[in-house]
Amino acid sequence: MATAPRMTRREALTVALCTAGWATVRATAATAATAATAATAATPDSPAFREVASGIFVRRGLDEDVSPTNDNSIANIGFVVGREGVAVIDPGGSLRDGERLRQEIVRVTKHPIRFVVMTHGHPDHIFGAGAFRQDRPEFVGHSRLPLTLATRGEYYRERLDGVLGAGRAGVVLPPTRLIEHTGTLDLGGRTLELTAHPRGHSDCDLTVRDLQTATLFAGDLLFVGRVPSLDGSLRGWLNVLNSLKSVEASRAVPGHGPVGVNWPSGSADLERYLGVLATGTRAALAKGLDLEAAVRTVGQSERGRWKLFDAYHGHNVTQAFKELEWE
Amino acid sequence: MGMTKRVLLVAAIITLFAVASPIAAASTQAAQGNPAPRAQTTPTDQADAAQAAARWNSLQLAIFHGRAIRDGGGVVEMDAPLRALDAATVPVSLTFPGDRHIKSLWLIIDENPSPMAAHMTFGPKSDARSLKLRVRVDAYTNLHAVVETGEGALYSTSRFVKAAGGCSAPAGPDDAAALQDVGLMKLKLLGPFSAGQPLQAQLMIRHPNFNGMQMNQITRYYTPARFIRTIDATYEGGSVFHMDSDISLSTDPVITFGFVPQQKGQMRIVARDSSNATFDHSFDVPETGG
Repeated sequence: MATAPRMTRREALTVALCTAGWATVRATAATAATAATAATAATPDSPAFREVASGIFVRRGLDEDVSPTNDNSIANIGFVVGREGVAVIDPGGSLRDGERLRQEIVRVTKHPIRFVVMTHGHPDHIFGAGAFRQDRPEFVGHSRLPLTLATRGEYYRERLDGVLGAGRAGVVLPPTRLIEHTGTLDLGGRTLELTAHPRGHSDCDLTVRDLQTATLFAGDLLFVGRVPSLDGSLRGWLNVLNSLKSVEASRAVPGHGPVGVNWPSGSADLERYLGVLATGTRAALAKGLDLEAAVRTVGQSERGRWKLFDAYHGHNVTQAFKELEWE
Repeated sequence: MGMTKRVLLVAAIITLFAVASPIAAASTQAAQGNPAPRAQTTPTDQADAAQAAARWNSLQLAIFHGRAIRDGGGVVEMDAPLRALDAATVPVSLTFPGDRHIKSLWLIIDENPSPMAAHMTFGPKSDARSLKLRVRVDAYTNLHAVVETGEGALYSTSRFVKAAGGCSAPAGPDDAAALQDVGLMKLKLLGPFSAGQPLQAQLMIRHPNFNGMQMNQITRYYTPARFIRTIDATYEGGSVFHMDSDISLSTDPVITFGFVPQQKGQMRIVARDSSNATFDHSFDVPETGG
């Protein structure tokens, strides 16, 4: 493949980044800021994709909520290139976000886009799907994804159009291939292994593992740096996370956060957060606190450790409370 | 491209993110709908206020047929979060200070598709001094609580709540699994039992309280409406409350209420839903061990 000679260096860089950690890179960033800005300005149309492992490209999502100026490009999205075809893993947060992802794929490889995997049904991950209809790929999702899209898809689209402008959200495309337990995607000499999970982060979480590079696309079962959003089951998420930790992978691509983290050590912060949420909520229930009081008090030790904490944490406590009050 | 340039490019990306973070914070505020601070009332505010007033006027006419409604100060007070953290689960807390006998209560969510969230009638065994409910809120809306006293006078109070999507966005997964334990109930006593003394209790009912969904042409999914229509609470045969409700109650309704147990006995809860299912459970007061 045309990009092969460049890969070795990119891979070396990825390894270096993982070993050095982000603090070092930030220090480099500070000293090299001027030159770096110039380098970016020279290629204004080049999206911020990075090759995190051989043939795996990921664009880091912004740590923001959707706004009229960010095309809802707030989730990590990417693609895997095999010898014969390409798999998109999360098509993006809006039609425009998906179009940019497609442009990058076409720039990197001539291989056809065979699969578009949707790791779950949240808008920041799925609304780019419309950009790939022309490629006639298989749209792959959890067996419960159609239900989620049926109940919420149109509502999500209206809300997204409301922020981005009429027609800019994109379309809701239901999956054409459903994964109930496990499945595989063949990209030609490269196999992706799919696992459908029980309720955790959401009701329809699907993870993808690239066997060749031992890279796990964790979707939103893994948040790093950005406060997690609970829309399934807290107990379920902790269980799923526990089983994911034993998956054979050396790095994971989170749904939000850096484009790659070491695995399983990269799950430590999330596990702590979810643990604090569970312990704190159970303690509040045991003390007889009501929902309002729990929202004010539970998990406040996590404030300052996560971006967008105030925007989502109260919602997470509400979800946890509603689940655990039935224990 | 050499190694150095690549490092620089990565560095640039990271720098951009660092620079972007104050913008991120600002847009988060915007996306959450936080209003910009305003020095004075704008024409938009006035138009919104006029619209809200017109809405409440028409609701009052429909529900109370033009009966006079007095200011509820000292009779009914309501607490609800100004900004709902979860539009599908907005806690509403009502208190009835003073010593007027409260006969019944209407909780009205003005802008919801079905505004009458609950109508409670308090029976002889009730201690109608406070009540808590969880409701869905579909838009920026006024909540009105109206009470009728023993003399037949109406009093009201209101709160403004910012939330959106509580009705149109299902709170959670609504598949068959969610219906597995429909009708399951728990009753928690929130204080020690003492014969003749008022006691607070929290009633929890497993129920999707789902407003139904049209056939989706792409996915072919269709979910029929299923929600709780009435709840009757009786203590040793005497009424604590009767409640008429609908889809504005949250999934898995939770109601905190007061009653006066004259002796040890049983609290019986009978709930009926829109598919004519009846859920009937009795609980010992005080709770028996185990």
